[in-house]
Amino acid sequence: MAFTSAKHETGPSRGTSAGLRLIVIAIVCILLMFFDHQNQHLVSARQGMSLMVQPIVFLVSSPGRLGSWLSDSFTTRRQLEQENRKLRRKMLEMSADTQQMETLKTENVRLRALLDSTAKLDDRVLIAEIVKVDMNPFRQSILINKGSADNLTIGEALIDADGVVGQITRNQQHTSEALLITDLNHALPVEVLRNRLRTIAVGTGEVERLSLPYLPRNADITVGDILVTSGLGGTFPAGYPVATISEVRSAPGQPFLEIDANPSAMLNRIREVLVIIPETPESTGNTTEQAAVDTTENATEPAD
Amino acid sequence: MARNVKTWPAIVCLLVAAGLEVMPLPDVLTPWRPPFAAIALIYWVMMWPNRVNLGTAFIIGLILDLLHGNLLGQNALSLSVITYLVMRFHLQIRIFPVWQLMLTIFAMLAINAFIQLWIDGVAGIPPAGITRWTQVLSGTILWPVLMGIMDWIRIGAERDNARFTY
Repeated sequence: MAFTSAKHETGPSRGTSAGLRLIVIAIVCILLMFFDHQNQHLVSARQGMSLMVQPIVFLVSSPGRLGSWLSDSFTTRRQLEQENRKLRRKMLEMSADTQQMETLKTENVRLRALLDSTAKLDDRVLIAEIVKVDMNPFRQSILINKGSADNLTIGEALIDADGVVGQITRNQQHTSEALLITDLNHALPVEVLRNRLRTIAVGTGEVERLSLPYLPRNADITVGDILVTSGLGGTFPAGYPVATISEVRSAPGQPFLEIDANPSAMLNRIREVLVIIPETPESTGNTTEQAAVDTTENATEPAD
Repeated sequence: MARNVKTWPAIVCLLVAAGLEVMPLPDVLTPWRPPFAAIALIYWVMMWPNRVNLGTAFIIGLILDLLHGNLLGQNALSLSVITYLVMRFHLQIRIFPVWQLMLTIFAMLAINAFIQLWIDGVAGIPPAGITRWTQVLSGTILWPVLMGIMDWIRIGAERDNARFTY
């Protein structure tokens, strides 16, 4: 076979080696995949290489950025006034809530001290924007514009204004890849806000649906229940809203309920996310201290 | 690589195709996004087998893997395999009428999808429904249009290049 193509081509004897070259490339690919799957051997090589594809990412995402820039700069005065009024009202509501929050926080600390349990530390957040590219069509993942240069590490949780979004799975210098909670491969420990029933929410591959496959038929759960992160497992800090139960089916003969939930976060139309940088005693190493120094965009800023 | 022939139209075309694979599309269209890079690669290997070869396929594959956030080497392997097949049969394929060409493209894209599914299976990544196959279909259907565009680029480049050799 290799011979025939060699005869027909004018190129110097490259036809004969094509099969051999394919085998070599295949072996290289398989080795690459093997080491990449282990996920620690190739991290730095991958970071270097992804710097080279940054121009493509930049170009591809530029129409999206141009679009949002245009819509920002061509809003009419009336629209701006409306938005301003809405935001003002919202801020008033929120500051009313925050006033109580301070009291509640101190009360909480006191009660925890009474119970002799460790105090819950505040989480710090970093605002990141979503880079407008469609990542892998077979997985639910997004690309954000902060990376290891901003002291993000793998496993940190992402939230938006309404709830949990996902977690960082791979970080490069200036961008990070994050897996959404609705990915087929993603599961997160949750609890029902009403009765602290703990379970696991599993992604389905659809943007609007999570599934709770591990609750027995007699579990106390109804449509409308709110799920929050339980903090078990350590990746997601406790107490952030995840989803609302949308459907509970109990199929006869099945030991477990089939439960669907709607993610609270608007997973398909988020533009900005907050990366939660945990301050648990275990993770307060060098990296987080540095982060505390360079972090300029803090969520506490818009307080004034 | 033969002297005096330029390769950059093919390279630019392949890079644009890689970019199109991560171009934001409306959610409805996402499952139907054709595998642009595989299609472009098949075309250029078929037309310019001396300039676009297995090495090109490997590198484009790595770029795709980095863009998609796949396992490094997943696209590189599948694209190298279909490049090899196209290289071996390029003299036959090139003279096919459009419908036969479309059947060939369908087969190539299906092989591509099979290899990727196999790698996903070995790596323990759950298969995500029917998307792989809708992409193969849309790629086959769009082939005549994409081929027309790339023909136009290729003929323009070959006209500039008097001493063109296949």
